[in-house]
Amino acid sequence: MGNKIKILGKTNKNSLMGFINYGIIILFFVVITIVKQAGALTNALSGQLIPICAYIVMALSLNLVVGISGELSLGHAGFMSVGAFSGVIVSGAMNYGGVTNGAIRLIVAMIVGAILAGIAGVVIGIPVLRLRGDYLAIVTLAFGEIIKNVLNCLYVGVDKAGLHFSVTDEAHMDMSAEGVTLVRGPMGAVGVVKASTFLAGIILILLTLFVIQNLINSRTGRAIMAIRDNRIAAEATGINVTKYKMIAFVTSAVIAGSAGALYGLNFSTIVPKKFDFNTSILILVFVVLGGIGNLTGSIIAAALLTVLPEIFRPFQDYRMLVYAIVLILVMIATNNERLRAFWKRIGHVFRKKGGEVNEQ
Amino acid sequence: MLNYLISGISLGSVYAIIALGYTMVYGIAKMLNFAHGDIIMVGGYAAFCAGTYLGWPVPLAILFSMMICTILGIVIEKLAYKPLRNATSLAVLITAIGVSYLLQNLALLIWTSNPKAFPNMVNFIPSIVLGKNSDNPITISSATIVTIAASIIIMVALTLFTGKTKMGKAMRAVSEDKGAAQLMGINVNATISVTFAIGSGLAAIAGVLLCSAYPTLMPTTGSMPGIKAFTAAVLGGIGSIPGAMLGGILLGILEKFAQAYISTQLSDAIVFAALIVVLLVKPTGLLGKKMTEKV
Amino acid sequence: MKKKLLSMILAGAMAFSLAACTSGNDTAGTENKSEPAATTETTTDAGTETADVATEGDGVLTGTLKVGMIGPLTGGAALYGNAVDNGVKIAVDEINAEAGSFQMDYNPQDDEHDAEKSVNAYNQLKDWGVQAIIGTVTTTPCIAVSAEANSDRIFMLTPSASAADVTANKDQTYQLCFSDPNQGSASAQYISENSLATKVAIIYKNDDAYSTGIYQTFKTKAAELGLDVVSETTFMDGSDTDFTVQLTAAKDAGADLVFLPMYYTPASLILSQANAMGYAPTFFGVDGMDGILGIEGFDTSLAEGVILLTPFAADATDDLTVNFVSKFEAAYGETPIQFAADGYDCAKVIYAALKFYAENNGGLNVDGMSASDLCDILIQVLSNPAFSVDGVTGEQMQWSSNGEVNKAPKGMVIQNGVYVGL
Repeated sequence: MGNKIKILGKTNKNSLMGFINYGIIILFFVVITIVKQAGALTNALSGQLIPICAYIVMALSLNLVVGISGELSLGHAGFMSVGAFSGVIVSGAMNYGGVTNGAIRLIVAMIVGAILAGIAGVVIGIPVLRLRGDYLAIVTLAFGEIIKNVLNCLYVGVDKAGLHFSVTDEAHMDMSAEGVTLVRGPMGAVGVVKASTFLAGIILILLTLFVIQNLINSRTGRAIMAIRDNRIAAEATGINVTKYKMIAFVTSAVIAGSAGALYGLNFSTIVPKKFDFNTSILILVFVVLGGIGNLTGSIIAAALLTVLPEIFRPFQDYRMLVYAIVLILVMIATNNERLRAFWKRIGHVFRKKGGEVNEQ
Repeated sequence: MLNYLISGISLGSVYAIIALGYTMVYGIAKMLNFAHGDIIMVGGYAAFCAGTYLGWPVPLAILFSMMICTILGIVIEKLAYKPLRNATSLAVLITAIGVSYLLQNLALLIWTSNPKAFPNMVNFIPSIVLGKNSDNPITISSATIVTIAASIIIMVALTLFTGKTKMGKAMRAVSEDKGAAQLMGINVNATISVTFAIGSGLAAIAGVLLCSAYPTLMPTTGSMPGIKAFTAAVLGGIGSIPGAMLGGILLGILEKFAQAYISTQLSDAIVFAALIVVLLVKPTGLLGKKMTEKV
Repeated sequence: MKKKLLSMILAGAMAFSLAACTSGNDTAGTENKSEPAATTETTTDAGTETADVATEGDGVLTGTLKVGMIGPLTGGAALYGNAVDNGVKIAVDEINAEAGSFQMDYNPQDDEHDAEKSVNAYNQLKDWGVQAIIGTVTTTPCIAVSAEANSDRIFMLTPSASAADVTANKDQTYQLCFSDPNQGSASAQYISENSLATKVAIIYKNDDAYSTGIYQTFKTKAAELGLDVVSETTFMDGSDTDFTVQLTAAKDAGADLVFLPMYYTPASLILSQANAMGYAPTFFGVDGMDGILGIEGFDTSLAEGVILLTPFAADATDDLTVNFVSKFEAAYGETPIQFAADGYDCAKVIYAALKFYAENNGGLNVDGMSASDLCDILIQVLSNPAFSVDGVTGEQMQWSSNGEVNKAPKGMVIQNGVYVGL
């Protein structure tokens, strides 16, 4: 891709930004809680809180790959999908087995979702990370499509004997009569017993920030960023390129998996089609708009862009048109050289750091 | 078997002609123009309107469609991509996605969501029927013949254009090194505009051929073939003109064979898995140039 | 030159949209001839529950009802959502013109055929103060929204979300369309009873809940009835243009009937490709197939002999259909597809149900009524066996308490470019 992304800055600056990030999230939680208590929270916003949390986590996780590790991924929704479906299956099976406590189900679902997405990350990472640039991007896109395609053929049910799987149809699961179908191929998971809460979402974001920020500030993180800035130089100094890229990629997949579980358990139904190329792109938009490598930016962009199409509802038929125009204008306003210089001059620079892009 | 091969080639030639546009723009401007599929859709609608509503003859309708798309391509480039000339390629990618949303939703407002049945605009060439008297005659439709012929002609023309003409040389210079090209007195902005104009004009032809072969026209018509064609371009080696052709045809055949002999349910997964295998063996695609690394 | 051309195109585009707008506006008042609106001539006094709502006691329905609609108005499934939206608008105009003191305030919301967006749209409607919902149009979003609406006690009548999961365990969600299991087994039954085929091939859409749902019940029922299913092939979003493989498989297996449980857009491609291959079995469709004749520029001779089970045919000659179709054509310049008819009927059913309640309980004023009270009323009326509605998608429609509609599917065959009842 040939572009230079500026290093985040010195370590003390980083940890300061880290505290700011925690602060933003906690403030967000406090404000929403107060507004909710006051009864002033609209249904529209309160219904979006958990998806917003899930998207923030997704954006942070993708930023780890795109911003910190410097690889373009176009299939990140695939990991979310793995997390969502494994989470829903685990939660459904626990519910069937008598564990009705939402918090316990959610936690177990997130852990299982994270582990399975992590495994998917390893399986995908091994071939993918050998490639570079746009070729890597297309392979991640391909994996996202493969995951979607396979989930479309997957049937899962649960009965007293345990979980049953089939790749043909419901009848082939050999489930006893009193069993419950959890995932029904293209119809997805139906009758999901919801378990996600806003608080759980906030905790997941904080946990994600903790993991990513500590990773960035560690020896490992510096190695990852060194590879991003100059792979050959990093290799020459003895850094194991594949190993560190894998660490970033798999960590990102694990986080995406837990976000998927949070997302999946917030709706009474999810379908594999939800996690397609468009969703991957949506998350990438959050990352790019927020500023590549900028965690605060990702948080704000994810929250704003999730709410924006809802705010545009009064435009009726022109809603998505307005959204598209706003997206283009914002990209131009934040990335055009002259406009950037202009913003700087009038002192409205939001990100003084990750700024200047040098023409090579 | 032969039947599947022919339908694969016929599908593949459509992918190829779209991939040619992708690869052309990528090769010169170094950007993934995700709005390419939607320009194809606009091309389809323009030809449909000219042919069906205004009753224009086919050549005129195609010409009209090419003009509309060329103008559209130049306008998009001027308004959306040019301000980002020195920004990161990811910023341009996201803008292209914004343009794609914009075109789709504009089309939705102008032509509504109801599908239109596209008339076969290329039936001036008769279909060929192989084995007329056998039990299973195999038909090669006129759309297939024209699409294959058109993609070969376009491939050759593009290769000659970029290789031999002054403008083509300027394009290659811009593709190699924008800064150096500018120092050599090449107007980089104009060159990139021309690239977009050509790419968009090709999209119009692709739109007419896509819709002639598979005659349903909707605001989302271009998006999935666009992604498939992008995959084809990468398979062949993105930036390489013959590569796009090869990648498109191979992808089409692969898709049909996977459906016929393995599973219609998993055909997409199989196609993408094959792509991954190819890229692992040849990391820059079948005909892609090796990346040289400067230290 | 460039500018001139561009402005020409823009002007053309504006002219199009303007034409659509103006014709949409003047339909409201016109055509006030004997309104054959959904009738509720069920005078049985049995089971007239005691009026638990304070009313004036004159049996009149008054007030303004806030009706929301959720469906895909943009994106790949937009044509279904827009059709429903247009249909509902016609019905609302009729009701508002006819009923005088009772008015419907209608608010359509886009969900892009996505469960998450659909729940967002639902929450928007809640903020608006919605009292009853028509929707959602597509299946997956409907399952998500109906679960929310069930816990909030807001009544939903879906025009077209046909999966069994839509109504399962949700007492406030009703369907106007046939359920998938219903359609799948009815199709198999129809084919078997009329001995339409000895060997059946199925082509369905693998990533679509509607298509897969019908396919599965069809297969089960076909096995029961001893129908010989010789080929089952599928397609999905990215590969829905070329059907050579699926058609060749059907042809090679010697199928003389191909069952197409899908919407009409891919079906039109299948028909034209089968024709190009010289393969001419009987094609058998379901309600999603309706609309195939309305595709602009579609060569209707390709659909010659296609049989479909559908509750609605735009060229039926009964008064209700003629009235609806002529108004729709005047307003939108196109023939309504089945989704539009479903939307139209949904609004009429809600109106009829409230009127039924008002007549039997000494009147009803819906102004400011809570959604949950209305929900109780609507559930009570719709599950009442004495209540039935004649709509454009079926005569004497009644509902079972699990929310499924009870109406007879009509077998139609396409001859000379029009539907003919079988």
